[in-house]
Amino acid sequence: MTYALEINNLGKTYANGFNALKQINLTVPEGDFFALLGPNGAGKSTILGIISSLIRKTQGQVSIFGHSVDKELSLAKHCMGVVPQEFNFNIFEQVMDVILNQAGYYGIPRSEAMIRGEQLLQQLGLWDKRHAICRQLSGGMKRRLMIARALIHQPRMLILDEPTAGVDIELRRSMWEFLTKINQQGTTIILTTHYLEEAENLCRNIAIIDLGEIIQNTSMQMLLRTLNRETFILDLTEPCAAAQYLANFAGKQINDQQLEIQLTRKQDLNSVFSILSQQGVQVSSMRNKANRLEELFINLVGKIPSQVKHHQKESS
Amino acid sequence: MTAYEMSVAYWTILHKEIRRFSRIWVQTLLPPAITMMLYFIIFGNLIGPRIGTMGGFNYMQFIVPGLIMMSVITNSYSNVVSSFYGAKFQGNIEEILVSPTPNWVILAGFVTGGMIRGLLVGVIVTLLSLCFTDLQVVNPTLVIVVVLMTSVLFALGGFINATFAKSFDDISIVPTFILTPLTYLGGVFYSIDLLPQFWAWLSQLNPILYMVDAFRYGILGVSDINIIRALSIIAVFIVLLTGYCLYLLQSGNGLRK
Repeated sequence: MTYALEINNLGKTYANGFNALKQINLTVPEGDFFALLGPNGAGKSTILGIISSLIRKTQGQVSIFGHSVDKELSLAKHCMGVVPQEFNFNIFEQVMDVILNQAGYYGIPRSEAMIRGEQLLQQLGLWDKRHAICRQLSGGMKRRLMIARALIHQPRMLILDEPTAGVDIELRRSMWEFLTKINQQGTTIILTTHYLEEAENLCRNIAIIDLGEIIQNTSMQMLLRTLNRETFILDLTEPCAAAQYLANFAGKQINDQQLEIQLTRKQDLNSVFSILSQQGVQVSSMRNKANRLEELFINLVGKIPSQVKHHQKESS
Repeated sequence: MTAYEMSVAYWTILHKEIRRFSRIWVQTLLPPAITMMLYFIIFGNLIGPRIGTMGGFNYMQFIVPGLIMMSVITNSYSNVVSSFYGAKFQGNIEEILVSPTPNWVILAGFVTGGMIRGLLVGVIVTLLSLCFTDLQVVNPTLVIVVVLMTSVLFALGGFINATFAKSFDDISIVPTFILTPLTYLGGVFYSIDLLPQFWAWLSQLNPILYMVDAFRYGILGVSDINIIRALSIIAVFIVLLTGYCLYLLQSGNGLRK
């Protein structure tokens, strides 16, 4: 089987002696939508940097669609598009020029690049801004421009390093739709994100990295199955003291109209509703206290994803 | 990449470079024209007649080749150093580094961009000089060869400077403290025959002397040094710097972590 990405014993030690990656092994099947999660400084961006050849590895092998980055770097580069975390286009250039230049670096003639560029800018809602100077774009537009730029050479694999950071909810959802669509059309997608809802909704497989080591690498479904406790918030229609009637369930009364209930895998929600109903307590709505993946992440890594953890001087 | 794809990548870099310095022509093309005009007026017209002849030519005619060469050197160097460092600073050099564009194509694109700006400024300064003196070109072929080689050499120098630079201060240190003194001491304003023996010998260690003198020989037909030796020295420096630039790109020094 040819993997979109195959990493064996990948290691990276920076010049200051910081060991950012410790013998990483990872495979991403072709066509996958893959999430790479971890706290800040865990090594996510280092892995992506090595894949895209911007960071030099100190040991191990990386192959993109069977092309080793050591032996067939040019072919490997043709297969991938990279959307970095930081905006890295020339802010003094026009939007269309950024796209056309990138196409040129891949050897795509200008006439062909114009057609592809128009399609991508239309799809990403940037066509009206094609003559705008890049520094005039909003944060969301800049993110979309980087996605368009990364796709101009029609790569088989798209790597996105926190693509929706700082993007409003509406735009984030439209980007999810776009990414889902290109994934369905066959593009393998690897993303890092701090929005665990994003990873849970989009990705089929996941790896969690901490302190330069992969601590979990499985399918999203399998990972979520390992969650043995979920916390729900119940909104009640009338103020009442219902907590006393739910003695068999862990939880607490947040206020006289909200309950927090923790359920293990052996318990079910029907029992909760049944008990409350017997007491004449009506539930108007219910939600997870935290995203399920977030709960797992906290269990595995011991911190919420947005908590910044700086490991010495790694550049993420 | 196929040869055609590489040619597309090369033209893309070159096109981008030309657009960059054309867009900011007030910063790139106008200042050298004004500076050289002042040189022509002050040194050529006002002070020159009091100096008399040098190498058999009046002082204005003597300094024109040196001043043209000074413009070419400075602009070839500064175009590459500011463009490449700017791309590093903004991060958009990564656009090229993640692409399959070979290192030699990247280098060729930036160097040609620097050459074109240097040569364009050289043409502007030459045209301006015609307002002050007659210019008879004795050996046009030699003039073209020397000016092309010099612009390549200093564009390569600018590339090396940009690769190592970590701040905007770093890209002005070399031009200010090395390039300008070497140019001024490279026989732009005087013949080294006027210097005491020790200083004349020391001047021969200055590579810019060979470029200025070879260029002057092409225009005026007089030189302080052997032309074949001058061309050989420039060629050797080009080969060495090209090799070093390719090594820097390959190793990723200053570009990849």
